[in-house]
Amino acid sequence: MKKPDALQGTLDLLVLKILSRRPRTHGYGIMAAVKDCSDELLRVEEGSLYPALYRMEEAGWIRAEWIKKDTGRRARVYELTAAGKKQLGIEESRWQSASSAINQVLRTV
Amino acid sequence: MSLWSRIVNAVRSEQLSREIAEEMESHIAEAVEHGRDPDEARRALGRSYEQRQQRESSYEIRTLGWLELLRADVLFGWKQLKRNKVTSIVAILSLALAMGACIGAFRLMDALLWRPLPVANAERLYAISREAFTPEGKLVRSDIWPYPSFSLMRDAVKDQAELLAVSTADRRDLTYGSDAEMEKANVQYVSGAMFQAFGLKPALGRLLVEDDDRTPGSHPYAVLSYDYWTQRFGHDPQIVGKTLRIGKDIYEITGVVNEPFTGTEPGTMTDLFLPAMMHPAVTRSDVGWVRPLVLVKQGTTLEPLRQKLSATSRAFDEERIKGFSSADKKSLRWILDVTLLIQPAGAGVSNLQDEYRKALSILGVLVAMVLLIACANVANLKMAQSAMRSREMALRVAIGAGRGRLVQMLLVENAMLAVLAAGLGALFAWQSAPLVVSMIQSSDTPVRLLLYTDWRVLGFGVALVFCVLLLFGVLPALRASAVKPVSALKGGDDDPNSRRRLMHGLIAAQVAFCFLVIFMSGLFVRTFESLSHKPLGFSPENLLLLDVVTPQGQLPVVWDQIADKLRSVPGVERVAIASSPLLSGAAWNNFVSVGGAAPSSIAAYLLAISPGWSETMKIPLLDGRDFRSGDATPGQAIVNQSFVKTFLDGKNPIGKTFQEEENHFQVVGLIADAPYGNLRDPIVPVAYIPFHEVNAQGVAQLETQETFLVRTSGSDPLALASVLRKTIPQARAGFRVTDLRTQSDLVRAQTVRERLLAMLAAFFSFVALLLAAIGLYGVLSYSVQQREREFGIRIAVGARVADIAWQATSRILLMVMMGAVIGAALGIASVRYVETLLYGVKGSDPLMLTGPALALLAIALLSALPVIVRASRIDPKIMLRAE
Repeated sequence: MKKPDALQGTLDLLVLKILSRRPRTHGYGIMAAVKDCSDELLRVEEGSLYPALYRMEEAGWIRAEWIKKDTGRRARVYELTAAGKKQLGIEESRWQSASSAINQVLRTV
Repeated sequence: MSLWSRIVNAVRSEQLSREIAEEMESHIAEAVEHGRDPDEARRALGRSYEQRQQRESSYEIRTLGWLELLRADVLFGWKQLKRNKVTSIVAILSLALAMGACIGAFRLMDALLWRPLPVANAERLYAISREAFTPEGKLVRSDIWPYPSFSLMRDAVKDQAELLAVSTADRRDLTYGSDAEMEKANVQYVSGAMFQAFGLKPALGRLLVEDDDRTPGSHPYAVLSYDYWTQRFGHDPQIVGKTLRIGKDIYEITGVVNEPFTGTEPGTMTDLFLPAMMHPAVTRSDVGWVRPLVLVKQGTTLEPLRQKLSATSRAFDEERIKGFSSADKKSLRWILDVTLLIQPAGAGVSNLQDEYRKALSILGVLVAMVLLIACANVANLKMAQSAMRSREMALRVAIGAGRGRLVQMLLVENAMLAVLAAGLGALFAWQSAPLVVSMIQSSDTPVRLLLYTDWRVLGFGVALVFCVLLLFGVLPALRASAVKPVSALKGGDDDPNSRRRLMHGLIAAQVAFCFLVIFMSGLFVRTFESLSHKPLGFSPENLLLLDVVTPQGQLPVVWDQIADKLRSVPGVERVAIASSPLLSGAAWNNFVSVGGAAPSSIAAYLLAISPGWSETMKIPLLDGRDFRSGDATPGQAIVNQSFVKTFLDGKNPIGKTFQEEENHFQVVGLIADAPYGNLRDPIVPVAYIPFHEVNAQGVAQLETQETFLVRTSGSDPLALASVLRKTIPQARAGFRVTDLRTQSDLVRAQTVRERLLAMLAAFFSFVALLLAAIGLYGVLSYSVQQREREFGIRIAVGARVADIAWQATSRILLMVMMGAVIGAALGIASVRYVETLLYGVKGSDPLMLTGPALALLAIALLSALPVIVRASRIDPKIMLRAE
C-alpha cells in the first residue's frame, strides 16, 4: 500500500502556499516544491495531487492555463485566484491554531 | 469552475479526457527531465487501473456527473428506440394522437371557457341570470334585463359593485357612405363606464366615458376594436371623426380601443362599441337586452349583493306586471318566482359558451380517456419489450448498476418517447383546433375564436408530458429495473406471472375506457341521426332565402311586385314572402284568446306570410284555403295542427275566431305541423297571418323588412344567388338584400353541435378501437412468446391446435370481457351527465350497449388471429431441440 501522503488535510494548504509564492507552476513543479522545501520530509503523491488540483479548481481557488514551454510541449500551469488567496489565509490560521493547540497539549500533559 | 463550464465539459467529454491525458503525459515528461526513470514516473501516477480511476475522478470533478450520464442515457435511449422501430413508432404515433387531441381540446376550452378577458379586475367580474319554472314545468333561464330594470339594480348596489350594461354582439347592417355600400359588422352596446372600469386604453382618439350614459338617444359615438380598425381601415389614423350610419342614426367614431380587447363575448369579435344609451329599446320596460356584468368591489360578499339585486329586479317586474291587462294573472306568477344567480364571468359571457360548455367538457373527457388508453397501451408495449430486455438489465445489475441508475436510464428512454409524441401532437393540435372552430360556425354566425399558443398552452403541454410519463413510463421502468440477475441470466423471467398480471390489468382498463368512448360516441351519433332525419314537415331543398330591407318602408303591394319580378327569373319555380324563415331562431309569440274567452296560459307563435307560402315551403294545406291577395292582418289566419289541438280541442278550425292583443282573426285554413324555431323542441301552435298589415282605418302599413323564399328548379339553389341579388334592387330602387342563405343551411345550423359531437366522438372511438387492437395484439403475442416452450411440450404430448389457441387467448379474452362489463357499468352510470345533449335516444337502450360490446369482441378476435396462427404453428421438434 501507498505511504500516507503529506499530513492529512494539509495538502490544500501546501498547494495554495506554493502557488502563492510561485504562481504559474505545473503539477510536477508543485510536487517538487513540496519535496524541496520540506527537505524531502514531506511528499505528495501524484495520485492525490491531481484530484486535489481539479477539486480546488472547481472550488474556484485556483485557475489553470495551458502554456507552451520552450521545449514545444504544452503544460498546464496553475495560479491562485482571489478566492484562493482568501482560502490560503483561512487554512494558514487554521493550521496555526491547530498546531499551537497540539503543542500546548504536548507541553502540559 | 462555473456551472456553465461544467455543462460545456459534459458535452465536450472527449476533449476533456484528452486534456487530462495530456497533462499526465506532460507531468511524466517533466519528471524524466529531472532525472526520474520514465517507468517509475509512470508508475507513480498509478498503475493502469488506478490511473484510469484517477482520471475518472479528475474527470468527474470537471463535469456535471449527472448531465454526462443523462447525455449517455439519451444516446443509449435513442439507440434503443431505433432498434425497436415498430414499437417506437406505434408508441409515438398513438401517444401523439392522444396528446394532440388533448392539447387541441385544451386550446378550445381555454379560448372559449377559461381564458380571462384581457381587462383589469377580470377576477372580480360576475354575470347574473334568472332561473324559473314555466307553468309547463320547464326550467328556463335568461340573462337579459330591460334597461330600466338594469338601471334600478345599478343604483341599488352602487356601494358594493359597479353594474355594467352590455348587449349581445349582433351582426348589423351599417354604412360609411351611401346605402349602396351597406356592410355588416358586429355591434355591441355597452355602458360608457365600461372602458374605464376595465382599465382599457385607446389606441387612438378617446373611448366612451361615463358621460355617455346620461341621456337616451343623444350620444351618437362609436368606438372601433383594434382588430376591426386593422382589417377594415388598415390602421387609418384619420378615422377619428368619420361617421357611419346604422338604421337612421349617424354615429361619429371617437376612437379605437387598444388590443387585445375585442368585447366580452368569447367566440364573437366585437367590431363596434356603441353607448347603451343609443340602443333603440333603452327606455322600454318590456324589451330585455342588457346582459349585466357585475364588477364587485373589493371585500364585498356575494350573497347579500345577490339578494339586493334579486329584490330590486323583482320589484321592477311586479310593477311591470300590473300593466298586463290581457293575460291571466296566475299564469304570470312564474315571472316573479325566479331565482337570481350570480356567477363568475372573468372569461366573458356568450351564447357560444352556454351552447358548447357541456359538449366541450364531454369531448375533453373523451380525449382524456383516449389518452389513458394510449398510455396503457404504450405501458404494455414497454413492459413486453422490457421482458425481452431482462437479460440486459440483469447484466447491468450484475456488473454493479444500481436500481436508481436503471430507472433513470429507462425513464430517459420513455421521456424521449413522450417528448417526441408531444411535439408531434402539438403539430396535430395546432392544425386541428382551428378546424373544429370552423366546424361550429354556420354561414350567418361567423365564430371567431382567438386560439392562443402561449405559456398557458405550453404549460399544459409540459404538464401533459409529465402525466403521460407517469402513466406509461414509470411502472414499466420500475418493473424492468427490479430484475433479479440470477434468475434472469439463467434464462427465465424473474416472475413472468406478475408481469403478465399487470399487463392483463392494463388491458382490462384499456377495454373499459374504450367501451365508454364507443358507447358515448354511439349516443352522439344516434342523436345526430335522429335530429337530422327528423321529419321536417316541409322541404328545405332548393329553397333560397333572401333577407331584404328597404329602410324607409314600402307598401305590401310593392313587395308583391318584387316577388312577381323574381318569379320571372329563369330557374325560379315559386316565390313567397314571410316575416322570417322557419328555423332561423327568430320567434314571435303572444297569448291568444279563442272565441272571446280569457287569454290562454300557453303562448301561440305567429308568423306573417304571403299567399303561396305553404306551397313554396311544401307544407300540405289540410283544410280550408290559402291566403288571397285581399287578405290582411288583422283579418284572416291559417293555423297548424298543434294550434287546433292546443286551443280548439282538435275541432275543425275553419271559421273559428281568436284574438291576439287588439287584433281579431278568423281561421280560413289549416296546414300541417312544421317546426318553428328549433328542431329539438316539440312542435308549437302557430297562427300564420298575412304580411299585408292594415291599421284600424283599413290603411295599408309600410313594411321595412321581409324574407323572400325562392324555390328553384335546378339542383343547386345557390347558382341563382347572384342573379337574384341583382334583380331585387333593379326591380325597385331602395330595396337591398342583406343576407342570402339556403333553408338547408338553417336546417343544418340546427344540428351543428350534434354533428360536431358525433363526428369527433366517432373519430375518437375509432382511435380508441385502433389503440385497443394494438394493445391486445401486443400482449397476446408477448404471452405466446413467453409460453412457446410450454406450448411446444403440449403439442408434443398431443394437444390439439384448438386447445393451444384457447390456452393462448382465454385469459386475455376474459380480461376483455371484464373490461367491457366495467365499461358498460361506467357508461350507464355516466349517461345522466350527457342526457341534455341527447335527442331521440336513451342511454339505457340495450342496443346502445351491444354495439360497443360487439365492436370490442370483433377487435379482440381480429387481434388474436395472427397470434393463434403463430401458436398453432409451433413445431415441437424445433422448439425442444432449441432448448
